[in-house]
Amino acid sequence: MKGNEVIGEAAVYAGCRYFFGYPITPQSELVAYMAKRLPEVGGCFLQAESEISAINMVYGAASAGVRVMTSSSSPGFSLKQEGISYLAGAELPAVIVNIARGGPGLGNIQPSQADYFQVTKGGGHGDYYTPVLAPSSLQEIVSLTREAFRIADEYRTPVILLGDGMLGQMMEPVEFEDEKPLPKVREKKWATTGTKGDGPPKTITSLDLNDTQLEIRNNTLQQKYAAIKEKEVRVDEYLLDDAAYAIVAYGTVARIARTAIDRARKKGIAVGLIRPVSLWPFPATIISEYSSVLKAILTVEMSAGQMIEDVRLAVEGKAPVFFYGRTGGVIPTVDEILQQIDRLTEEVAI
Amino acid sequence: MKTVFKRTTGLTDAETHYCPGCTHGIIHRLVAEVLEELDALETTVGVASVGCSVLAYHYFNCDMTQAAHGRAPAVATGLRRVLPEDRLVFTYQGDGDLASIGMAEIVHAAARGENITVIFVNNAIYGMTGGQMAPTTLLGQKTATTPEGRSSQLQGLPIRVSEMLATLDGAAYIERVSTHDPVHVLKAKKAIKKSFEIQRNRQGFSMIEVLSSCSTNWGLTPEESLKWIKSQMIPYYPLGIFKQQPCIGEES
Amino acid sequence: MVEELIIAGFGGQGVMSMGQLLAYGAMEEGKHVSWLPSYGPEQRGGTANVSVVISPQAVGSPVIDFPTSAIVLNTPSFERFAPLVRSGGKMFIQSDLVDCTTQREDIHCYSIPASSIAEKLGNQRVAGTVLLGAFIEKTGILSKGSLTAALNQVFGEKKKHLLPLNIAALEAGQRYICDF
Repeated sequence: MKGNEVIGEAAVYAGCRYFFGYPITPQSELVAYMAKRLPEVGGCFLQAESEISAINMVYGAASAGVRVMTSSSSPGFSLKQEGISYLAGAELPAVIVNIARGGPGLGNIQPSQADYFQVTKGGGHGDYYTPVLAPSSLQEIVSLTREAFRIADEYRTPVILLGDGMLGQMMEPVEFEDEKPLPKVREKKWATTGTKGDGPPKTITSLDLNDTQLEIRNNTLQQKYAAIKEKEVRVDEYLLDDAAYAIVAYGTVARIARTAIDRARKKGIAVGLIRPVSLWPFPATIISEYSSVLKAILTVEMSAGQMIEDVRLAVEGKAPVFFYGRTGGVIPTVDEILQQIDRLTEEVAI
Repeated sequence: MKTVFKRTTGLTDAETHYCPGCTHGIIHRLVAEVLEELDALETTVGVASVGCSVLAYHYFNCDMTQAAHGRAPAVATGLRRVLPEDRLVFTYQGDGDLASIGMAEIVHAAARGENITVIFVNNAIYGMTGGQMAPTTLLGQKTATTPEGRSSQLQGLPIRVSEMLATLDGAAYIERVSTHDPVHVLKAKKAIKKSFEIQRNRQGFSMIEVLSSCSTNWGLTPEESLKWIKSQMIPYYPLGIFKQQPCIGEES
Repeated sequence: MVEELIIAGFGGQGVMSMGQLLAYGAMEEGKHVSWLPSYGPEQRGGTANVSVVISPQAVGSPVIDFPTSAIVLNTPSFERFAPLVRSGGKMFIQSDLVDCTTQREDIHCYSIPASSIAEKLGNQRVAGTVLLGAFIEKTGILSKGSLTAALNQVFGEKKKHLLPLNIAALEAGQRYICDF
């Protein structure tokens, strides 16, 4: 199975039965997979007329209280931002997949991590965040897709699953059975499904014309985000116990970095890997703790330098932070990262 | 004593924010009465749009979801695809919302034959934002953004949405009605009821375009406004049924 | 041992399926494997390559800069990957379509007239399988048995009739390279 198809099956495994999509490379396999798969499990797939329409169909389906998903790639993801802001404002759970590609504009269809700012800083208008999970292997797609739906339901929030073209297009063995199925959706008392004599009518909205009321709504959201920050940080640590240096990288780039680290270790350089799995909430505390014992940190991204801002905020000057990035869909190579590790040791030695 | 008229249970007790002379109130009441008569208040989910009717969820006494500008048909589609078939789903949209920013959503919902009811309130202007040109603004009509009157060369011609959607095979029922006098209000109610019945019969997409007034932004008195609907709007937006697929049971 | 293989050719030559077959074969043996295609906007034609990493441990980078082996099915792919194969690595050349040899002396180069061999078996389309036979024989990374099991899985009941021909092609590739 390709990464894109694994996302689809993982969503079905997590109890998702509704998907509203729109084709865009390199995530189209997911749309096609859901078109075939959802009718088999009594669900519904619909191809919308645009990404904008798809995300608003998600809003409608989420209003009715079901687990629902949509997916896109960078340019299409930008179009969904309006809808994501509404989902956040109206506190509706949904999972949105971004299989990112090179940008800005139409860019290209090669893998990229240049949507980091957009997905981790809210992205649309207003004071909101969306939890962002970034798998780096196909097996991890299975566990994080499940987690995405759990977090969405538990906190009534849209959740982003962020991958890139490489993850979407690659194949590797995957076990679904290792993953505990997500419990059935608890009845959502707030869902607009018709009152059926079940108390007064319910409304789902993100509008509060009264400023005091809207501030209360915002405070509620912020409390929720604080709870998510406290409980939902995920990070993967590799060879950090004796490390003098660390690379911070996420998603597919973290895998390339890992191979580079293995090779650097053979050369006797004590380097490890901090891989943020949740990009928001960002594992700032862990990075902060390590930064007081590390000689230097290298951030590697397929962007001109986006996550590095969060890394620097976490490090707070306790260790020098270097950056290596490739853009435009170019993937950093193991050799390039090795060279950067060498540079790191030299710069710190001076 | 015999009760000859009572307030519909389809509306909440909330006082509406609509301007004096606005016909939104009438149209709200018609939809609410129809839902009450169809005993559907507990099985209906409405979708409010953006514009003057953004707060419609305060007024309708049924479950309501509020949609982004123009996206009500997409939100209604999401609800329709999830909810059991006995539920009724409707959108309540103005002309800026439906015919400008939301044109793609309404066209494709109609083309899919989405089994929903659309109440399309056409008052030829953007009300909420302060009287700007709408896609339905008439030629020569002065608005905040057409201070010299709408010109065909500069702003193009107004869109007749009912006629356009009627060309789509997916649309089951399309009718244009008016609110400028009691006779037409009664006809409007009949049309609205019909569209919900069509939905209940699972016949697909229906839209009722309701010609409505906006005294505040037209700069007319309520009475003049109703006359303006009759003398200016109806000649360009003729009333009538534009699409009617045979009802189940009527097919030969 | 970690095998980092790139298979490259024109779209339509079966490059992706060859990689897929190896991936399934590796799974048969309980090895870790990743399969990463190069993908372009075109649906047909154009050059295509796939990177397959087979490893006893979890696969790190699925991207291969310097392959331990390369199988090339056309001249542009030969020109692109011949300089990249790691020192001591292996290069398998479809010599019916690629009329080149490398000057490099630090890699093993095998020219295999895969189409001609396949034609003798009765179907030119199994040329890719011939190359895979040669590849597993020389690298020893996978057994013939696991590739046969992979073929069985890929063909399923519907295309079961293709199995004997493909097994014959695997064996022909193995034999050819033994005599090399």
